Amino acid sequence: MTIADPRDTGVQRLPFDLARIRRDFPILKREIAPGVPLVYLDNAATSQKPVQVIAELTRFYRDHNANIHRGVHTLSVESTELYEAARAKVARFINAPKTEEIIFTRNTTESLNLVAHAWARKFLHEGDEVVISEIEHHSNIVPWQMLRDARGIVLRYIPMLPDGTLDLDAARKIIGPRTKLLSITAMSNALGTIVPLDVLVPLAKAQGAVVMVDGAQSVPHLPVDVQALDIDFLAFSAHKMLGPTGIGILWGKMALLDAMDPFLGGGDMILTVSMERSTWAEVPAKFEAGTPNVADAIAFGAAIDYLDALGMDAVREHEREITDYALRRLADVPGVSIFGPMDANLRGGVISFELEGVHPHDIGQVLDTHGVAIRTGHHCAQPVMLALNVPATARASFYLYNTTDEVDKLATSLQEVTRFFGGAR
Amino acid sequence: MSDAGLMEDLYREIILDHYRQPRNRHAVESPSCSADGSNPLCGDQVTVSVVVDGDRITEVGFSGQGCSISQASASMMTEYVRGRTVAEARAGVDAFQQMMTTGTVAGLDGFDDIDALVGVAKFPARVKCASLAWKTLEQALNEGGGVPVTTDERNHTNG
Repeated sequence: MTIADPRDTGVQRLPFDLARIRRDFPILKREIAPGVPLVYLDNAATSQKPVQVIAELTRFYRDHNANIHRGVHTLSVESTELYEAARAKVARFINAPKTEEIIFTRNTTESLNLVAHAWARKFLHEGDEVVISEIEHHSNIVPWQMLRDARGIVLRYIPMLPDGTLDLDAARKIIGPRTKLLSITAMSNALGTIVPLDVLVPLAKAQGAVVMVDGAQSVPHLPVDVQALDIDFLAFSAHKMLGPTGIGILWGKMALLDAMDPFLGGGDMILTVSMERSTWAEVPAKFEAGTPNVADAIAFGAAIDYLDALGMDAVREHEREITDYALRRLADVPGVSIFGPMDANLRGGVISFELEGVHPHDIGQVLDTHGVAIRTGHHCAQPVMLALNVPATARASFYLYNTTDEVDKLATSLQEVTRFFGGAR
Repeated sequence: MSDAGLMEDLYREIILDHYRQPRNRHAVESPSCSADGSNPLCGDQVTVSVVVDGDRITEVGFSGQGCSISQASASMMTEYVRGRTVAEARAGVDAFQQMMTTGTVAGLDGFDDIDALVGVAKFPARVKCASLAWKTLEQALNEGGGVPVTTDERNHTNG
């Protein structure tokens, strides 16, 4: 097994040509109503898919489809090779030391739950502390509350400061000798806040704690290197990074994965089964019970090829520029208040905001008539809403295909929203 | 859908009027019963309190925050039920639900404003907003409060 450098993928780098990129995404040509083109700004929820990914998915079903592993016929061998090649692409993308450390799940939520069940239930005991933060997605809160109720662990939260960043002074006090796990997002889905892992991970490591990172928002948008980060687990989803729905990734250090019990029992995850007992297959098969989502895993490989060709540094730079532009443009719209850090260097391409006198749900509804797709609600981050003292926010989120023209369209449409609900309270 | 279409179907002027100048948005003194309702996913919240004298609702008020549809519907609901019998109020709840399901006007006796909400039926994501106050009224009448209600069917997921 070679340790790959993500900057040395053998992939031909393409210049960041926005017009060419947009042509790769058929849905961006869609009109929401006659003459009303789609402006898709809901990328933190899910990304759109390029033709390369759609074609790979179709090609698999047309030319190769078979169940994987153990089959001796040609199609099964081909399908197995394609599935395992996708695993290798994922490993290289996050600079995992071993391809076998990549486990295919359904989504980030399942990856986080896998660790809560297969690692934490085995190795954490009453009184042990799990540290998360106030800006987590519900998927990195609820599994730990369930574990707390089942096992008597203590759940502690690093608080959020009013500007949407984490209180690092508080973190230094909260992370201590009883901390056994730090499970933390790398980027808030509600506010876009980029979490300073370079500060938090060493604090946890100094206490001998295991570190899991929720990368659902960071892996699609920032260069991520699990070895440089010095973390133990990373969870993320394909569908937020040009890939299909139904594929998630759990990466973990082999020693930890080896020591863990299986998550689900069934086919593919066993070595031997007798009437009395079974023995487990090697990692990663131990965690992939049943027929996996073969086609979508393979199509995810095509998504990674696409991102690799652009380079994640270029993706990040494009999004930093567009976020910087949007922060300034939206701040000029009368009645708009933006939540979270105002420095584009401290946040990903996610902007939560409110519009004076108009409920987020009504904002989203009227924007839709202008073709502008945003998300409204609590964004599965109710503790953040509580801290901001709002019931919900409107959220625009960007990806590599978004343009400053689209930001302008959002801004002018928001003025239309104010006009529409003029005087409303 | 164009702005004009949206005005026609969802945000009719009478709805925006109830949103901007809600009726009966006040506390009720010594309520016979009250209930809380919320749709956490979109951030709609409403509390409905009523005074029942014999079989008649003599006073009703609501408080809450949320989108124009949820708050306008609450305002209309209170106007409709004030002075009616509990049985009539329950029939109103049923008629409203029927309107949301079928997209045909409820034709509630003596109160046409509510028919303006018929267009909500074309927006599945907004039906729960419109229904919240009515479900909450029903809850108040059923149990005198107690269990908070929601019309958000995805309330129990982590979305």
